[in-house]
Amino acid sequence: MAVLWMALRLLRREWRSGELAVLLVSLSVAVAALTGVGFLVDRVGRAVQAQASEVLAADARIESPEPLSPELVVEAQNLGLRTARLTTLLSVVFKSDVSQLANVRAVSAGYPLRGSLKIAAQAFGAGVVTRELPAAGTCWPDSRLAAALGASLGDTLMVGARALRVERILVARPDQGSAFVDFAPGLLLNDADLAATQLVQPASRMEYVLLLAGADRALSRYDEWFTARARPAERLARVADASPQIGDAARRASRFLSLASLVAVLLCAVAVAMSARGYVARHLDVVALMKTLGAARRFVLGVTVVQMLLLSMLATIFGSAVGWLTQSWLLRALAGLLRTDLPPAGWMPALIGLVVAIAMLAGFALPTLLRLTRVPALRVLRRDAGPPPARLWLSLAPAAAAIAGVIYGTLADWRFSLWFVAALAAVLLSLGLGGALLVRLAGRARGSTRLPLRHGLANLSRRRSAAVAQIVAFGLGVMLLLVLAILRRDLVNDWRTSLPAGAPNYFFVNIPTGQKEDFRAALIAAGARPERMLPMVRGRLIAINGEKIDPRLPSATMLRGGHERQRGDLANREQNLTWSAELGDDNRIIAGRWWSAADTGKPLVSLASEFQESLNLKLGDRLRFDVAGEQFEVSVASFRKVKWDSFRPNFFIMFPPGLLEGMAGSDMTSALFQPRSPGALAELVRRFPSVSIFNIGDLLAQVRSVIDKAVTAVQSVFVFTLFAGLTVLLAAVQVSRDERRYETAILRVLGAGRAMLLRSSLAEFAAIGLLAGLLAASGAALGGYLLARQLDLHYRFDALMWCAGFIGTGLLVVTCGWLATRPVLNQSPRTVLD
Amino acid sequence: MRDVSCEIRARESVAIIGPSGAGKSTLLALLAGLDLPSSGRVWLAGEDLTTLDEDGRARLRAARVGFVFQAFHLVPALTALENVMLPLELRGRRDARSPALDMLGRVGLGSRAGHYPRQLSGGEQQRVAMARASVGDPAVLFADEPTGNLDTVTGARIIDLFFELNAAAQTTLVLVTHDTSLAARCSRRLTMDAGALV
Repeated sequence: MAVLWMALRLLRREWRSGELAVLLVSLSVAVAALTGVGFLVDRVGRAVQAQASEVLAADARIESPEPLSPELVVEAQNLGLRTARLTTLLSVVFKSDVSQLANVRAVSAGYPLRGSLKIAAQAFGAGVVTRELPAAGTCWPDSRLAAALGASLGDTLMVGARALRVERILVARPDQGSAFVDFAPGLLLNDADLAATQLVQPASRMEYVLLLAGADRALSRYDEWFTARARPAERLARVADASPQIGDAARRASRFLSLASLVAVLLCAVAVAMSARGYVARHLDVVALMKTLGAARRFVLGVTVVQMLLLSMLATIFGSAVGWLTQSWLLRALAGLLRTDLPPAGWMPALIGLVVAIAMLAGFALPTLLRLTRVPALRVLRRDAGPPPARLWLSLAPAAAAIAGVIYGTLADWRFSLWFVAALAAVLLSLGLGGALLVRLAGRARGSTRLPLRHGLANLSRRRSAAVAQIVAFGLGVMLLLVLAILRRDLVNDWRTSLPAGAPNYFFVNIPTGQKEDFRAALIAAGARPERMLPMVRGRLIAINGEKIDPRLPSATMLRGGHERQRGDLANREQNLTWSAELGDDNRIIAGRWWSAADTGKPLVSLASEFQESLNLKLGDRLRFDVAGEQFEVSVASFRKVKWDSFRPNFFIMFPPGLLEGMAGSDMTSALFQPRSPGALAELVRRFPSVSIFNIGDLLAQVRSVIDKAVTAVQSVFVFTLFAGLTVLLAAVQVSRDERRYETAILRVLGAGRAMLLRSSLAEFAAIGLLAGLLAASGAALGGYLLARQLDLHYRFDALMWCAGFIGTGLLVVTCGWLATRPVLNQSPRTVLD
Repeated sequence: MRDVSCEIRARESVAIIGPSGAGKSTLLALLAGLDLPSSGRVWLAGEDLTTLDEDGRARLRAARVGFVFQAFHLVPALTALENVMLPLELRGRRDARSPALDMLGRVGLGSRAGHYPRQLSGGEQQRVAMARASVGDPAVLFADEPTGNLDTVTGARIIDLFFELNAAAQTTLVLVTHDTSLAARCSRRLTMDAGALV
């Protein structure tokens, strides 16, 4: 109890003297960075979890690109399972002349079998739960679609050839994909209207879904029966399979944000270590005195530990509050990517914040603070008597353990954690070496400078390690922000420049083969310039060199965004196949040879280099395909480098003519199309209702906005890194506060005015800021260049951004340094005589 | 302090002596304008210190005053030479380097100009401090226990050097000391007790 009281009293006194402020600020920034991301991740996680049983809108669902065979329903009914049908396709929906690509979903009675729909009278209105479904002749656009089309209740929408009246606005449906919203807005209509839309053609890109719900045992028996049937195109997903996969994309995004927050946490740890050292230096006398007055080592230790715990709690309260505000800001930055009606976050992130605050103190401050307990009482008589020097391993081991714990705790993946540590260490080391070199050079240059600058530079040289720490901390923060700014600019520029004037801006898919000449003529008549037209057949790769690919691997359509299982993905998903006698000039053979007229009908295939790389294929490999139940084997004749950004029809997999002609398919093309009247597109859709139209500009804009939002979110988190840099500066100033006071007093005695002292202090921080800026801007230019190469973007050195980074950092550090040292400059010269 | 009134004339050397807590250092601080009296006035080199603000007093010190302290008080970030250059530079002189080097030579530290205070012994540090105090030809030199932190032999050498420099520059000298032999070398002694001159 005595320990607690002493700890509280000392804490209060030290708080009043500003002694603990820096320690508290550093910890709070770390906790804020971590919890800001943590709260968001927690909320997204809860959304994923809460919806796990509803994401399928059923207990199980069967998906297929082909119409479902009736026996699937019969068997389900035999087993006492409830069923509902769902058919989805992408199509352009019109409201008079306004069009929007939409995810059209036709549902039968009973949908959804699990969860419920929410509807409203207007877009983005507060939803109410309903058990109804759109009646025949009506449709329910979702809020995004209604907003895009400017549609409200009672308006008529054209879906293919069918006119449907807007009856309700769909606010939420259970299977809308956990926290992440669909790429295209959606529209719900009655199954009975699907045929009348004429969107269902033999080769249309549809997804047929059968929803199932019922007792677990019945479902398991159904699953057994289904597996025994083994139709590769159909796959069954149950809740247990679906939920972890749906969380996958969310987890990956969360992990990236956590990574960004970790950088800030680690920099704050540096500030914690620095201020702990200063704290100890200033407390040696107090502790020696306490010991002289009879305080035991255990008492001193107890007081120190209790103080640290209290400090961790305070930091957790402040940090979590800021973290909470941060996550609401992040949520706003990610609007459109994340649903905004996420469940509230739990206490877990704040608890983790507390654990991290304690770990940081235990790892970075406690070893130093423990030295206090070893201060000999003799110090009251002999000033030079101090605690025995810290053993290196004793002070490094807890720090290393704390770092490892925090990193692994956040990333939960050893390999990834090691990779992160290695990458961060490499960056910090290069920044540190660069910083040390620059500080040394600045120290050398000081001889030829005038007094304020020389004094500033002299201070820099004397506190070299602190200066390097500040330069690295600020340099890293600014560099990360700049790299992202460069990346964003490059991405945006590339997309803008890669849609050159004259390039096709529309894709037309699902052109019935029988109507392809008519469609081409209609396009030309409407003023479009169509490119080549290529046939398109959907098929599946089922074996490589006789080795079967497991059809039970998760499919890409179900994962929606899970790209890491590329092999399984590419191999399993329905591929678009084509055939052609000519190789377009946007294709270049990089291995093997293109076929001649003599190869017509031969079992050959030509693959895009991306396909080859992800499946690691060689020329001559034998690939077995399944097209609508018919299987055939071909050997790899060539690999092609495809210039995808030509925006012409292109395919990963191409066959020679004479191989696939008999199989049902459709054609696709792209065209440069500047519709003369807004009705031209609508007219095309009315004449050819099955044709799906994609506006490339719109698609690119959508992708760009997604990336833009993601970058904004990551940048927001990196702002904490900048704050962490600030805490390092504060810690450095605090540690050197007594020295600075002393020097100020001497200089004042010798006749230095306030202006000179201020100039000297500004010179010191300007040097730190400009050196950090120099490193950050140069590092960012290099990082941007490397990233651009990695991502195949066009990199351009941006002198303006370089200068902004350089000067901006300088100004930032000068301002912060000035604010932090201002009180010191008022030091009275009288103190030198004390 | 109460009822303290005294006048120190140009080129005089005055020792302020007295027991601990008598107010010697406070008097020195007031005379040098490091502190201001709550009432009363202090003139230094013809200027009323009580009418000047902090910067005004700093300017006056830069122009007319030199200091030597018991704890040397060199600027740790600066080399010996840079420390000696300081007073000249604070006056705005651009050619501080060569007079500072001269001065360091005169105190016998010409070869250690590039050393930092932490690389110098106590005696050497005090010699740098004296060079710094004298380099600007101050009208008044204040010293606070200049030998307090030095052993007897080093202290005696420093004092010899101190008076030597002072005699050459004809500076007014005001020093606070416990050392009776040092006080004896001054032309006048002011004794303080309990905040008053006795």
